[in-house]
Amino acid sequence: MELVRMEGIVKRFGSITADDHVDFDLMSGEIHALLGENGAGKTTLMRILAGEISPDEGKILIRGREVGMLNPKKAMDLGVGIVHQHFMLVEGFTVAENLILALEESLVGSLREVSSRIVEVSRAYGMNLNPNAVVADLSMGERQKVELLKVLCRDSEILILDEPTTVLTPDERRNLFSTLLRMKERGKGVVLITHRLEEIFQVADRVTVLRRGRVVDTRFVDEVSPSELAVMMIGRDLPRVVRPDPPSSNGVVLKVENLSSGRLRNVSLEVRRGEILGLAGISGNGQKELVESIVGLRKVSKGKIYLEGVDVTNMTPRRLYDMGVAYIPEDRVGEGIVPDMSIAENLALKFYRRMGSLLLDRRGIVEMASRLMESFDIKPKSPLLPAGNLSGGNVQRMVCARELSTEPKLLIAHNPTRGLDIAATSQVREMIVEQSKKGTAIFFVSEDLDELMNLSHRLAVMSSGEIVGVLNPREYDPERIGKMMAS
Amino acid sequence: MLEFVSTGLQLAVPLLLASLGEIYAERSGVMNLGVEGMMSAGALASFAITLKTGNPALGLLTAAIVGAALSLAHAFISVTLRGNQVVSGLALVMVGCGLSSLIGRGYVGTPLPMGSRRIPALLGQDLIFYVSVTLSGILWLVLFRTRAGIVIRSVGENPAVADSVGVNVHAIRYLCTAFGGLLAGAAGGYISTIHNGMWVDGITAGMGWIAIALVIFATWDPAKAVGGAVLFGIVESAGYSLQNFGISQWLLNSLPYALTIVVLVVASSRSVKRRIGAPAALGEPYFRE
Repeated sequence: MELVRMEGIVKRFGSITADDHVDFDLMSGEIHALLGENGAGKTTLMRILAGEISPDEGKILIRGREVGMLNPKKAMDLGVGIVHQHFMLVEGFTVAENLILALEESLVGSLREVSSRIVEVSRAYGMNLNPNAVVADLSMGERQKVELLKVLCRDSEILILDEPTTVLTPDERRNLFSTLLRMKERGKGVVLITHRLEEIFQVADRVTVLRRGRVVDTRFVDEVSPSELAVMMIGRDLPRVVRPDPPSSNGVVLKVENLSSGRLRNVSLEVRRGEILGLAGISGNGQKELVESIVGLRKVSKGKIYLEGVDVTNMTPRRLYDMGVAYIPEDRVGEGIVPDMSIAENLALKFYRRMGSLLLDRRGIVEMASRLMESFDIKPKSPLLPAGNLSGGNVQRMVCARELSTEPKLLIAHNPTRGLDIAATSQVREMIVEQSKKGTAIFFVSEDLDELMNLSHRLAVMSSGEIVGVLNPREYDPERIGKMMAS
Repeated sequence: MLEFVSTGLQLAVPLLLASLGEIYAERSGVMNLGVEGMMSAGALASFAITLKTGNPALGLLTAAIVGAALSLAHAFISVTLRGNQVVSGLALVMVGCGLSSLIGRGYVGTPLPMGSRRIPALLGQDLIFYVSVTLSGILWLVLFRTRAGIVIRSVGENPAVADSVGVNVHAIRYLCTAFGGLLAGAAGGYISTIHNGMWVDGITAGMGWIAIALVIFATWDPAKAVGGAVLFGIVESAGYSLQNFGISQWLLNSLPYALTIVVLVVASSRSVKRRIGAPAALGEPYFRE
């Protein structure tokens, strides 16, 4: 049976067309993957179905009936349940209170009923949630379970999951997929929004590929190959990033000496001109502390940091920037940009002081921004748009544009490709390699081992706040590195 | 001594009513600093109607309606127009106090006939005292033990989530703000009609501000507001009683305000706010994208 049919959906945000005449349908008892890069219009399309955004054009049929204007309540009543990528939970509430809010339950006594239902349903799906736990205290994986519980308890027939696996461990992901398959067996229709190809082959029956707001194609999963999908998704073959030869000149740019501070224990390392030094480690082993100490965001109590021989320990970020340190922070939206300011203003955040005049040269800033947006491929090309409206890949290209345009001596990049789609990932990697060719010393912190082994001239491994070893490319061996990270 | 406690309890009534209303408004995310203005207007409305009809119940009812009407203006600005709630609230204080001063000029010094102030009493406290205390219990139950309470709190904590489950965020905020105005107006009416019995300019004397501090003092909890209101009421009445012991009247009069400032300073830090459970979206307008 056909649960959903969306025809000719158009949604514009200002001058951007997020969805451009999109057709989509969902049958009962199927998992339909919605594949596309960041910003392809997947989430917008599904939020339209969930009644959270109203489309500018097009019509929606649910179980064969045209539904007219949707709102979240109406969509819910029609059996549409959505699990957002960013959880829609009240953090100050308990699990039970969140469920009461989400469900159509009434009244005092039912708090106990809801609690027992939570235990019952979560146990049935192997989730094990405490109804009285406050959401603010739960891990990301547990919060997602609360979200799933919300739709499961509501008996929604049409389930939308927006990038559900991003926050999950491999184990949790397997559990989630088996839950999805069980839902499918019970005749529900599941929409899985993703940009990970392997997930599609693990669970989906059909796949619709979106690119720049348009449907490229809808196919049965067993009639399509991963490489076909990849090409549909990004529209071209990916260039491989080639690590350049290590530089001949050996000038040391960054030198960290016996740094001990917080979680860090006696950390020493060196990055030379034109060299990419990778830092591998399981998240939370001191990488963030080390990075923030180097860029001046964290006070160092013991040890020294030198930039080209000059002691820069505990210098302010601005002085470090003036001395040629660039920084791509891990939390790109929180620390990398000011979302409410325009793209041009964000790009000018560092160089405006070099423009020399007392008043800001607005025209100059916009011109400079347009040039950077062109050369760093930031879309849409409207420098006056608030930076917060950009998709993840474009935000990161913008951060790179700002940091790299200053021709830094040292670049600190912390998880610069995390959460980006394939094309943006390879662009960011290319930019970093290009930068090293220009002689910039690069300290590259990542949790993606393949990426580290692919790009780094040398690879330092961190565990419990210590550097447990520095390897040369000949010694790159995932198993060995894995053991070092866990030591 | 007993009299000073009894007066304190009587002064606690308007503080309690006004802060209960403000608790509901703030729990839904709307900060209405206009309490003083709504109380002032309510005080005048109640006084005028009681003087004319001799019926204090009718007076209090009118006061409540006037308070609610004023609060709807605040709701319109802060919810529909998404204006700045602090500015709008302060404007409401000026409008309410200004209007009551202007219209009340003719009443200055006029006493209400004794008969029209008489309402049933028990153990030295009038009916409204008991009604207010019972009301705070009911409001606590609604807020923490019913679905309606969860809906109200969710709107103040995270309106986007409430919206996503089909709650009409704007409607809830309008309702809670109007309820706050209703109680603030009634609180003002109580001061002029039951407590004072005579019209003087500036009759609410800053009680609206104390009520706002009480909301924080009570950590947005209607049950705790009872204790807070009694404490503030007694501190205020101490101001009257201790004068006889040669302590400066001015110093004593400033006590409730000093206490208010202390509460506000302590509660204004972000970490304290989170710990004592301030609604996370307090003062923030809600836009659906």
